[in-house]
Amino acid sequence: MHDYLVFDHLTKRYGALKAVDDVSLSIEQGSIFSLLGPSGCGKTTLLRMIAGFEKPDSGRILLNGRDITQLPPNQRQVNTIFQNYALFPHLSVCENIAFGLKVTGHRKADIERETLRMLELVQLERHADSKVTELSGGQKQRTAIARALIKKPNILLLDEPLAALDLKLRQRMLMELDLLHDEIGITFLYVTHDQSEAMSLSDKIAVMNEGHIEQVGTPSQIYEAPCSSFVAAFIGDTNFFDGAVIEVKDSEYCTVRIGGFGDVLCYNDKKLRVGNPVHLSIRPEKFAISRNLPEQRKGRNVLSVTVDDIVYLGTHTKYWVLLNDYRVEINQQHMRYQLDQIPIKHNEQVWLYWNADDGYMLERYCEDDEEMVFQPPEEIGDNPEPTEQHNEEE
Amino acid sequence: MKKNSPSFSGRFNPNEILLSAPSIVWLILLFAIPTILIFLIAFKSADAYGNISTHWTLDNLRALANRHYPMIVWRTFWLSCLTTALCIGGGIPVAYFMARIPRKGRNLLMILIVIPFWTNFLIRIFAWKNLLHPEGMLKQVLVFLHLVAPEQPLLYNPWAVLAVLVYSYLPFAILPIYAAAEKFDFSLLEAAQDLGARYSVALRKVFLPGIRSGIWTAAAMVFIPALGSYVIPDIVGGAGSDMIGNKIAQRAFINRNLPEAAMLAGALSLTVLLPLLIYLFSQRRNKHQLLTGTPP
Repeated sequence: MHDYLVFDHLTKRYGALKAVDDVSLSIEQGSIFSLLGPSGCGKTTLLRMIAGFEKPDSGRILLNGRDITQLPPNQRQVNTIFQNYALFPHLSVCENIAFGLKVTGHRKADIERETLRMLELVQLERHADSKVTELSGGQKQRTAIARALIKKPNILLLDEPLAALDLKLRQRMLMELDLLHDEIGITFLYVTHDQSEAMSLSDKIAVMNEGHIEQVGTPSQIYEAPCSSFVAAFIGDTNFFDGAVIEVKDSEYCTVRIGGFGDVLCYNDKKLRVGNPVHLSIRPEKFAISRNLPEQRKGRNVLSVTVDDIVYLGTHTKYWVLLNDYRVEINQQHMRYQLDQIPIKHNEQVWLYWNADDGYMLERYCEDDEEMVFQPPEEIGDNPEPTEQHNEEE
Repeated sequence: MKKNSPSFSGRFNPNEILLSAPSIVWLILLFAIPTILIFLIAFKSADAYGNISTHWTLDNLRALANRHYPMIVWRTFWLSCLTTALCIGGGIPVAYFMARIPRKGRNLLMILIVIPFWTNFLIRIFAWKNLLHPEGMLKQVLVFLHLVAPEQPLLYNPWAVLAVLVYSYLPFAILPIYAAAEKFDFSLLEAAQDLGARYSVALRKVFLPGIRSGIWTAAAMVFIPALGSYVIPDIVGGAGSDMIGNKIAQRAFINRNLPEAAMLAGALSLTVLLPLLIYLFSQRRNKHQLLTGTPP
């Protein structure tokens, strides 16, 4: 697949504010690409530039190799599903769907045929003559989709299309969107602030923050290997720890001393050396706790902590545990349920353990990555201190 | 019990009646009863002193067949229609502009539109008389620009009446259209463009239907008073510019024949009211069909 939609150093300023700051991206044909970020990060501005409602101050937008930066909205082969759907309230469902063909002077028979086909696609045949104001949220959304798709766009832009729906409907529409994409196979550009929507739908995600792109990758790349603490914190929950390398064990692992928390074993993919500062992210689901001391394994960190808060969520239980100044969030899957099992209680002393591979080192060091990556670790085995913390605590 | 929308429940909340009582009493005392009185007086006759006599007559109805009336009715009608069309045509762009600019500018424009009302209506009409006068400023400017011939009179003809009618009623068109335009969701215009419509097409196919309630209100706000206008044709209109209002005034003040004036006024009211009532009833029936005919 070649690059179908390309942003070439796009910048858009509103006064002193850079809404979009030198963004370059390329999107493959037929994929679902998400722009994900908090409100005000520039994702909607970027979308509006593709649709033609905003002109970039500099940079170009290429669609299938053609520069569309200066084209007015009505001449772009791009259609938008607006956040509030922007259905025409004075027209019926089928008049709304037919609008795009009517204004461009298609033959009446063509318009009728295409409108019927679209009604069928989004399963609104029964509501063809309803007023759009009488539709439910999901029906409105399907009308908006049909109204855009009838134009056979090269790219469908979706501007937070599910934000106005309740949770259950959102999940259903998400699946419908996915099915629809498989059916028609056009490129989707999906703008959202909801990371779960982006994760479940997208082939690729660009995480945006303050007008620039933090990271582009597949959902799993972004979740498992965030390149900045912004991405790590925005996509899912995480715990951050600051420390410094005190020992490099071998080519893969190092020991990091986190003040007030402990010395923990860490996967050293950034090839840090002794003395380098570390910013560590560990996802809640990577942790586990137990009342009994977990068995020793290579690469397992074990610490004694106090339970501060417990929230039972059915699929899993959330725990917050305390160790000095650190309050660590944990998502623990349930073991087989046993009636006689005594649940972990508030204020109980428990063992917190996780695998050294599950800590992820973050950005501060990304910046000097290149300098460090090729340097061989120097001090293998120099430091014979014990690193298994539970020994000290016993 | 499930709560229905008030208009279709057929039940009235006693509090609602209490709250609307003052306005209902006001309307009955000062609108409904006087209107009925006018219709009743129309079938009385006047004595030599201008008093209303006690016996009933159809003379006034027959007097409607005056040979001068058709011309006056026609003039009243086309002047009112043209005034309405021009006011709406001028009101829409102003309302659009006001709805698109930042709120601060809107308030300023709103003040500018309302400020002329601080000057007495008659004074403003007389000001127009000065402007259009052969020696008046507007006339001089137009002659200087070679837009009118020096000998062409601007005053005392139906066109002068039209100009002043439009001037007087334009704010009454702008305000309701603006009220509708302010509520209009302008992202709909983007949606229309997104679907391939040029901006002008988007305005015509989406903006105009979107503010049509405001346009209808504006039409009523301009057309009805224009039909009954009397001062404007009296001051800037000539002998050939009489409207129905002038005839009613003439019957009442000069002929001292209140019943005949009442008959003319009643006929005017009916010509305005009947189409309006027909329109309203057809609207209500449609709405009712819509709500009962199509289950969600």
